[in-house]
Amino acid sequence: MASIELDASGTTQLLLGNEAIARGALEAGIGFAASYPGTPASEIMDTLASIAKRMGIHAEWSVNEKVALEAAAGASFAGIRAIASMKQNGINVASDFLINLTMTGIGKGLILVVADDPGAISSSNEQDSRNICKWMDIPLLEPSNAQEAKDMTKWAFELSEELDTICIIRSVNRVGHTRGNVKLGELPKREQRAYFPNIWNMFEPKLSKFAAGPFPWLHNMLHQKLAKAQQRFESAPFNWYMGPDKAELLIITSGASTACCTEAVKELKLDHKVGIFKLGTTWPIPENLVRKQLSSSQRVLFVEEVDPFIERSVMELAANLPTDSTRLIFYGKRSGHIPSSGELHPDVIINIIAGLMGITYQARDITYEKKAKELSMIIPGRALNLCPGCPHRATFWAVKNALQLDGRDGFVCGDIGCYSLGFAAGGYYQLRTMHAMGSGIGVANGLGNLSKFGFEQPVIAMVGDSTFLHAAIPALINGVYNKSSFILLILDNNATAMTGFQPHPGTGMTATGVPTFHIDIEALCRSLGAHVEVCDPFDLKNTTTTLLRLMAEEGGAKVVIMRRECEMVRAKREKRFPYVVHVDPDICIGEACGCNRVCTRAFQCPGLIYDQEARKATIDEAVCTGCGLCVDICPHGAIIKKVVET
Amino acid sequence: MKKLSKEPLNMLIAGVGGQGNILLSFLIGKALVQQGYFVSVGDTYGASQRGGSVASHVRISEHTCYGSLIPSGHADVILSLEPAETLRMLCQFGNPDVVTITNTRPIYPSDVTSGHAIYPKIVELLKLIEKLSATVIVIEATDEAFKLGNPIFANVILIGALIGSGALPLDKRSLEPILKENFPKEFDANMAAFNKGMKLAGH
Repeated sequence: MASIELDASGTTQLLLGNEAIARGALEAGIGFAASYPGTPASEIMDTLASIAKRMGIHAEWSVNEKVALEAAAGASFAGIRAIASMKQNGINVASDFLINLTMTGIGKGLILVVADDPGAISSSNEQDSRNICKWMDIPLLEPSNAQEAKDMTKWAFELSEELDTICIIRSVNRVGHTRGNVKLGELPKREQRAYFPNIWNMFEPKLSKFAAGPFPWLHNMLHQKLAKAQQRFESAPFNWYMGPDKAELLIITSGASTACCTEAVKELKLDHKVGIFKLGTTWPIPENLVRKQLSSSQRVLFVEEVDPFIERSVMELAANLPTDSTRLIFYGKRSGHIPSSGELHPDVIINIIAGLMGITYQARDITYEKKAKELSMIIPGRALNLCPGCPHRATFWAVKNALQLDGRDGFVCGDIGCYSLGFAAGGYYQLRTMHAMGSGIGVANGLGNLSKFGFEQPVIAMVGDSTFLHAAIPALINGVYNKSSFILLILDNNATAMTGFQPHPGTGMTATGVPTFHIDIEALCRSLGAHVEVCDPFDLKNTTTTLLRLMAEEGGAKVVIMRRECEMVRAKREKRFPYVVHVDPDICIGEACGCNRVCTRAFQCPGLIYDQEARKATIDEAVCTGCGLCVDICPHGAIIKKVVET
Repeated sequence: MKKLSKEPLNMLIAGVGGQGNILLSFLIGKALVQQGYFVSVGDTYGASQRGGSVASHVRISEHTCYGSLIPSGHADVILSLEPAETLRMLCQFGNPDVVTITNTRPIYPSDVTSGHAIYPKIVELLKLIEKLSATVIVIEATDEAFKLGNPIFANVILIGALIGSGALPLDKRSLEPILKENFPKEFDANMAAFNKGMKLAGH
């Protein structure tokens, strides 16, 4: 039994922040959960899906974040507590529905968890989603560790119902992806029955509640809800102060930075001089509490990720304080004391506090520091690469060769997924554009319609199967409809691989492992009027010639489905390929061959290495998956695969 | 619950994406929580896992959950699945008192394979690791794992070595039920790997 479904109130478990959010939702008695995979949010749904059947809840991977939020809202309207979770990019996809949802209110408690990625560790941007709450008037909570993530999630459901509005929990990478001690609470035992209040009365906002429209009074009602939220936040258990009554420096912080600040103050032995004011409810800010705390110090440092969000709110508030408080000095992102981008590592925070307090901080012995710095220069960097056996490597290889052979300066518009690594060495630097989910084909739509301006370069858009279903279908329709010319490669590896191999509508399996209708991507694309072909990426020759032929033919929207299962998914099921691959040392002649070490210098599968002493290529048997693709790369036939019994 | 040798006790688990860092930090973290400690484990997920350097930060306390990242220079124990990563971690997080437990089997970065960078010779690398550590325990974990039939056992061998080293307040008894729970079908093979690691660390 997974820790998060334990009916063991009061016991302590080690939970991932995202698991703790899932547990908090269970303790709040949710009946419905929906999400689309995205780091660092995925494990919330991974966890809920894994226990959904046993706990009697509905858990789904929705086709995209907007549908996830809409589905969760539907459940809420019918009286079932619901949670939608997504990464920061996802809330943008859901935003059109979200702003209208704030107009109508909810049924039972409805929570949206958005997981931001300060430092863009696994994202294409480091958006601070808290701004959306300000923009859309949504109450906002920010957990600082796993325990708080659980407690806050449960609390947020009560708040959401009390205010009759959706509430947002904004997690970050280092909260969602940090394991910590979590003391479990009670799991509710109650029967739930869903029923939609089927009433419509245009002139009575209470009754017409699930329809937004040209009703400005709904906006006014939302402002009243927000004022009530502020009142509740004044006494919320997630805001606290730790430090002396009068502090030389007051740190105002939230989220993952909280623990860093606490540790920094301890490390610098400043407990008696520096106070920490931690906010867990950050929109609207609890103004009275903040005002009171501001009177405890003249100097205030804001430590938060990513934007100066609390910083701006507090400064706005301070502008209305009596004149004697204008002596307050603020340090933060606006003053340049805190870096304006990136994750706030503990080192950064320790050094900033030390600097403001006039202390010199030395992390370790100076001689050691010098030696370590010197030795760090000799460690080779480790670029990200596609996994050994990955079908995308084969696709990139064929694309690179086809574009070169075509010779008209063709290029690839990239998208979001494992194949985003195509912007680097692992994908032979093939990607020229990369933005949002589905944007590769969207951008290709424009590029493919420039012939009247003399544009003749072939345009290839690349999208994964899950991303295709999430956001690329309208763009393909647009391409066919508006007669754009491009080749869309759908890398169909039968998984949402980058985020943890979650199923999607093309896999024929639901989040909870129930077989379901399998969306036929090939038939779908044909029905939209695109020319469709299917290739096995491991058939390098066929893929290359297919691409060359399609680039040479008349324009139009053409689709090539590159169909081969993700190696990680396949390996979990079938263990290994039925091959053992080795390099024949009698045939490989290393640098002396005219191939310029094509296998190790150009192809770059992690399973192939170069033996510096023997001066020959060789296979790293601890890494090689035995896929045998490299056999077709060696021009000399030195790489050999033998079929073995498995 | 044994008293910690340091408060907090900071351990780094280093390796390359795909080697099993998250599994290691999860198993060890779970054992520590069951003993009554407060634990924070900061892991690397997502894109950065694909063949990149990964590190799990395990922070152990008798009183509170610390932040998910160890400040530079503050590691007490480094457990590493790959020797160049061992040195990388020492350079950032090491200090004169650090205890290092390292695998010897390199995973070559693509820049090394392509000839754009040099991977130090293992003998040299181990000397440098010694220079930056108070104690080093060298385990040929991958080679031993091959003898047990699968290179993936390297990570459980290293858990055995870690427990055998006495660097953490854990013993075999505290890990055994956790291995059983997580590897119900392959418990015996994993226990064999664990025992091998303990033995290699001098137990």
